[in-house]
Amino acid sequence: MARRLEAPEVNAGSMADIAFLLLIFFLVTTSIETDVGLDRMLPRKELIKVPPVIAERNILPVLINGEDQLMVDGDRVELNELKGLTIAFLDNGGASRESDNYCAYCQGNRDMKSSDNPDRAIVSLMSSRQTTYGVYIAVQNELMLAYNSLRDRESQRRYKTDFTFLEAAYSSSETPNILKSEIKEKMRSIQKLYPIKLSEAARQ
Amino acid sequence: MSKFKFKKATKTPEVSTASLPDIVFMLLFFFMTVTVMKEDTLKVVNELPNATEIKKLEKKDRVITIYIGKPVDKFQETQGEQAKIQMEDSFVNLSDLGARVLEAVNEKPEHLRAFIAISLKVDKKASMGLIADVKEELRIVNALKINYTTYEGDTSKNLE
Repeated sequence: MARRLEAPEVNAGSMADIAFLLLIFFLVTTSIETDVGLDRMLPRKELIKVPPVIAERNILPVLINGEDQLMVDGDRVELNELKGLTIAFLDNGGASRESDNYCAYCQGNRDMKSSDNPDRAIVSLMSSRQTTYGVYIAVQNELMLAYNSLRDRESQRRYKTDFTFLEAAYSSSETPNILKSEIKEKMRSIQKLYPIKLSEAARQ
Repeated sequence: MSKFKFKKATKTPEVSTASLPDIVFMLLFFFMTVTVMKEDTLKVVNELPNATEIKKLEKKDRVITIYIGKPVDKFQETQGEQAKIQMEDSFVNLSDLGARVLEAVNEKPEHLRAFIAISLKVDKKASMGLIADVKEELRIVNALKINYTTYEGDTSKNLE
């Protein structure tokens, strides 16, 4: 009787070479590109422009000059001070307890000379044409940090989670749709408490 | 006669290379997953700034990319040293930018056109003047949703 022949083994010795070849191909073609960034909405181009009247106390002017120096509310400041100043301004809640604009959740100094409430507070970012883009992004980032930390605080107080965590959960594809609408509701409410009101202008 | 024989000098055992393919495969899969194939050939210097408060640009099919930066060495003779705008594979003048953006929007399927986002990939050494002009052009053509594309990282590196 003929013995059953065993199937000959495939030589796997060259497997490593093949894998190396592929590896080197991907190494060469890889350029770790980025797909993250700061989202912004540009203001709509209106045909009739009537500038709304805004009280000076509700505006935080942030200026970057051509030498990349920073001025906030008339004082020269360093970049690392910007976040604190912005939070103090947004969270001030200067409107009196009796007025309609009273901000119940604000924890700021309630200075009458600063913003009424976060909904009215506008950060006005002005940059020179000579400003370096890197610095501009750094400033934008600091401003976003200020907004996000305030939003995180309110979100922690109300829903016991960070706002940034909610955002991440909302954009994640693993979150089921039923949860998403609930998260969206939460995000909306927080965004309403601290809306991002950023006005931009370039100066000559 | 002694019970102990002196052993002959033993050879050092060879290191087994059997797991080499596994290691290589692991590396291979890593690179396969992180690779994003380049879509456009860059003609401008494009070193993006860093930021921490970033959001992911979702859904590649509704993104239009605009590159801004100094032309690379090869093109400096013909294009000069001033920062230039690049869309797809060619340089674009500021005055043509609006038309080019509209063109790019019209190439997208109709149901996506309302959700188009403009990804601004700007070299960190560029000056804000040109970017302000670009934003003005984008406002004119009503492409309002923009994203300053950055790397994730500490902003202090932006000043270098």
